[in-house]
Amino acid sequence: MKSFNYHAPKDVKDASKLASSNSAFLAGGMTTIPSLKLGLATYKDIIDIKNIKKLSGIKVSGKSVTIGATTKHAEVASSKEVQKAIPALVKLAGNIGDAQVRNRGTIGGSISNNDPSACYPSACMALNAVIHTNSRKIPAAKFFTGMFETALKKGELVEAVEFQVPEKADYQKHPNPASRYAIIGVFVAKHKKEVNVAVTGAKSCVYIDKDLSKKLSSSFSSSAIEGMKVDDSEMNSDMHASSEYRANLVSLYAKKAVEAC
Amino acid sequence: MASLVGSRVERKEDGRFLQGKGRYTADINIANQTYAVFVRSPHARAKIKNIDTSKSLKSSGVVGVLTGKEIAEDKIGGLIAGWAIRSEDGSEMKVPANPPLAKDVANFVGEPIAVVFAETLDEAKEGAEKVKVDYKVLKAVVDPADAMKSEAIHDGVDKNLCYDWLLGDRKAVDEAFAKADKIIKVDLINNRLVPNAMEPRACVVDYNSASEEITLYTTSQNPHLSRLVMSAFGGVAPENKLRVVAPDVGGGFGSKINVYNEEIVCSWASKKIERPIKWVAERTESFLTDTHGRDHVTHAELAVTKEGKFLGFKNETIANLGAYARVFGTVTPTYLFGPCATGVYVIPAAYSNVKAVYTNTAPVDAYRGAGRPEATYTIERLVEKAAMELGIDKTEIRMKNFPTEFPFKQTLVHTVDSGDYVAGLEKAKQMADYSGFEARRKKSEANGKLRGIGVSSYFEACGIAPSAAVMSLGCGVGLWESAEVRFNPTGQISVFTGAHSHGQSHQTTFAQIAADELGVPMENIDVVHGDTDKGTFGMGTYGSRSLTVGGIAIVNACKKIVAKGKRVAAKMLEVNENEIEFKDGEFVALKSNKKKTIGEVAFACYLPGQRDEMKSPIPEGDEPGLIESSFFDPANFSFPAGSHICEVEIDPDTGNVKIEKYTAVDDFGRIVNPNIVEGQVHGGIAQGIGQALHENTQYDETGQLMTASYMDYTMPRADNFPEFNLGFTCTHATSNPLGVKGCGEAGAIASPPTVMNAVIDALGGQEISMPATAEKVWKACKVMKKSNAKAA
Ligand SMILES: Cc1cc2nc3c(=O)[nH]c(=O)nc-3n(C[C@H](O)[C@H](O)[C@H](O)COP(=O)(O)OP(=O)(O)OC[C@H]3O[C@@H](n4cnc5c(N)ncnc54)[C@H](O)[C@@H]3O)c2cc1C
Repeated sequence: MKSFNYHAPKDVKDASKLASSNSAFLAGGMTTIPSLKLGLATYKDIIDIKNIKKLSGIKVSGKSVTIGATTKHAEVASSKEVQKAIPALVKLAGNIGDAQVRNRGTIGGSISNNDPSACYPSACMALNAVIHTNSRKIPAAKFFTGMFETALKKGELVEAVEFQVPEKADYQKHPNPASRYAIIGVFVAKHKKEVNVAVTGAKSCVYIDKDLSKKLSSSFSSSAIEGMKVDDSEMNSDMHASSEYRANLVSLYAKKAVEAC
Repeated sequence: MASLVGSRVERKEDGRFLQGKGRYTADINIANQTYAVFVRSPHARAKIKNIDTSKSLKSSGVVGVLTGKEIAEDKIGGLIAGWAIRSEDGSEMKVPANPPLAKDVANFVGEPIAVVFAETLDEAKEGAEKVKVDYKVLKAVVDPADAMKSEAIHDGVDKNLCYDWLLGDRKAVDEAFAKADKIIKVDLINNRLVPNAMEPRACVVDYNSASEEITLYTTSQNPHLSRLVMSAFGGVAPENKLRVVAPDVGGGFGSKINVYNEEIVCSWASKKIERPIKWVAERTESFLTDTHGRDHVTHAELAVTKEGKFLGFKNETIANLGAYARVFGTVTPTYLFGPCATGVYVIPAAYSNVKAVYTNTAPVDAYRGAGRPEATYTIERLVEKAAMELGIDKTEIRMKNFPTEFPFKQTLVHTVDSGDYVAGLEKAKQMADYSGFEARRKKSEANGKLRGIGVSSYFEACGIAPSAAVMSLGCGVGLWESAEVRFNPTGQISVFTGAHSHGQSHQTTFAQIAADELGVPMENIDVVHGDTDKGTFGMGTYGSRSLTVGGIAIVNACKKIVAKGKRVAAKMLEVNENEIEFKDGEFVALKSNKKKTIGEVAFACYLPGQRDEMKSPIPEGDEPGLIESSFFDPANFSFPAGSHICEVEIDPDTGNVKIEKYTAVDDFGRIVNPNIVEGQVHGGIAQGIGQALHENTQYDETGQLMTASYMDYTMPRADNFPEFNLGFTCTHATSNPLGVKGCGEAGAIASPPTVMNAVIDALGGQEISMPATAEKVWKACKVMKKSNAKAA
């Protein structure tokens, strides 16, 4: 690992002042530290944001669940309030990686990194989340822009993620047996007016499967999507899974999610 | 006194390891040490045109940079193949030179090219980045099945062929096949595995320029052997000037048998730069450069009668050696594989033909089971397929072909001294509720799932020793084992063993057997291993040999202690030696019932000064002291055997395979500590299930290792396993006085075919290769659905 300057600011203002084109925020470090160690990334300044109190914690109101950026997966997985409001989110967080990763990794780190096989981005998409940053509010649909890419500007800090509480929701995941990231993750959320089926792991970036969402919006039952073929043309094909297999899993897990709702 | 052998004594090691008090090589630091970082080939095959070290030498903190040129100039030898195997045509095997630092050509990704020493690890890394190597990239040979048709990667090794070896009688096999009602055939790939010891390799070298002595702390399964190899073949230092210490070692599985490039280079360089050197592998280096396991491509056939009697067996295998032949590299796919490939069966005619090829991949060597898992997979897939094709129950066909009399002269090489294969399989059937399987299958079917059951019966030849046998098969040394038992004057005992414990719990097992022999509490006994300056000599630990060879040396040394003790006690008690009985730690004069404890006798052996007592307790012809040693070389291998049964359930929608039940019944002869043996079986089964369902080493066509981290290489985890259902049968080994057989590898030998037979059973007999990943199984389920639809 190349040496760097380590900063641990106490508030968001200081953190953003320290940010430059050669810096990175450090949350759980589950992605950042391995990439530093492997020499895949080098920074002059590492800005540890875990001491910023405001960034951590969970707020639940009738309509929304807001999770602070540095809140750990394990905290979400064990939150009684979230369990009451959006149990699917608790399930998702509880199945991320392994216990060590859940006790370090954060929601802010997860969505800022936007790994194509991360779980949280699908929840953001399906639950019409709004990403609060230190300068603006970004709807999830505009936040995840591509593989490991987001709408965040250099030095922009995610403060919290605000999820809309759905009528029903479920998350189904086929884990990669090695890393336990999602080979496929399907988040189905039934809102008052629409149903969102968000898919992660299948393509270069999380997306809403419009066909499945539409079908389920008109009739929310697994039989409505029975036998529906998912197009695999843009899907990832790698040593862990072929595009054909991924497409099969998307339709299968969409059905399972609806049944579990 | 109750016997300790056979009881569930808690492990002496647990306290230390569970509290993080182990002392591993990476925990050792020497004042003034430098840090080594190796420059490694990024290419699978490349000519090294030029190495420019000038920038690196100027880099901050760099103390020295060395390359293959300097090591060649100093005439330091390379890595060796420990077994000489001959081809069928009588020619000697072809072994290319394997220099510690590649000088002219690099032959696999990760092969060391140069080394940088610096004041800190970061500076060494930085320095390594500044070594500029000019490569000419050549086309890599990666696939073992194509190796013989590809360009030769080593000078003088035609067709990349190390040897074309035959064991058995082709003509007899042809005759047997001509008489068969049916020929069963399989094409198998035994997938390459990365050993993944929890502790990555490491070494710390301390050179003393005054005494010219090198101390090497290293992650080795066999420190004495390492010293021998480094001294005799590496020319690093004479044996008496080289001390090798293997302290706590965090798992080996075969991957820490070899002396590696890094140990030779650092030992040599420490003398050159006159500074201590520390090197610790990163996980990626372990993936790339630890010796891998398995990697066979096999076509095998079994000739059978309608009734299911086996008549003949043939085995044509291509074994991938990787880039170089290492210590057990050439014997693993021959004598450790071929003889066991006929399994636990009476098969009148058989042969195994193995072509070992070089490829531009990491060297392949012994990995838990070494050859015997590959053998068992071959025969047990054939047997299971035969049962299916002949419509005979899979346990019945096995029973039909088991030998019923022992010693059993196996078709190729071995004479198995003892066993009861029928009893093992019967017990396994009962414990697995074999007869209730059909009902469980129906229940799964009703839930839309596929259920399968698989059996595998195995035997293996381990406890590798009989020196005469292994040397006649091409081993460069005899594989006996040594022990020394030292009674200290005040009664504690140090037991030195040449075996090495890196997870096998020798501190406990060996203390149990010595305590029983000497009639003292275990707590009085310390088992010492892993330091060439302490023990006399030893061959180390692999091939499930520690107890059956090393343990017996301890027993024999203890017997010598007792024999001397008797003579001394007789003199002390003023009776004849034959009037003394040794029992429960006491020498008893039978007539008078006067006694001396072994502690008192030991004390007396050291001649404590006793005023007015003029008579020495040492009989004439004996010397003072109570220290005895023994070198044990058994007359035969030991032959553990058993039957395992696995039941799986498959979700055809995802292809996920769930192991519902796993039953293992093993015969390890007499068991010293059931806890430890069960632990060994658990670990072995876990590794075997890893091979069957999860672990998938993949090189791309250019020879890059695609699965070089835990993000891509699937290590099995606790949640992949059910609770293992273990049982034992017991027939004593006749080749050693304890009647023990090895247990370290059995789980990994028996389990891959057991699991695969179950998966294939669930898939209606459809062949599928290891690892049976979810996607592969899903595809097979689709084929099955289609053919079922057609049939209906
Ligand atoms: C073995 C393993 C298994 C995993 N399995 C899963 C899985 O199953 N599902 C899943 O979803 N994820 C998985 N992960 C990812 C993990 O859960 C983390 O979410 C992820 O590694 C990043 O989170 P972090 O908090 O550690 O962020 P860091 O590593 O600290 O940061 C990641 C990136 O985000 C930036 N960043 C962090 N916080 C902010 C912020 N508040 N504002 C702006 N930028 C920020 C950092 O600068 C960095 O670029 C796994 C990771 C590992 C190592």
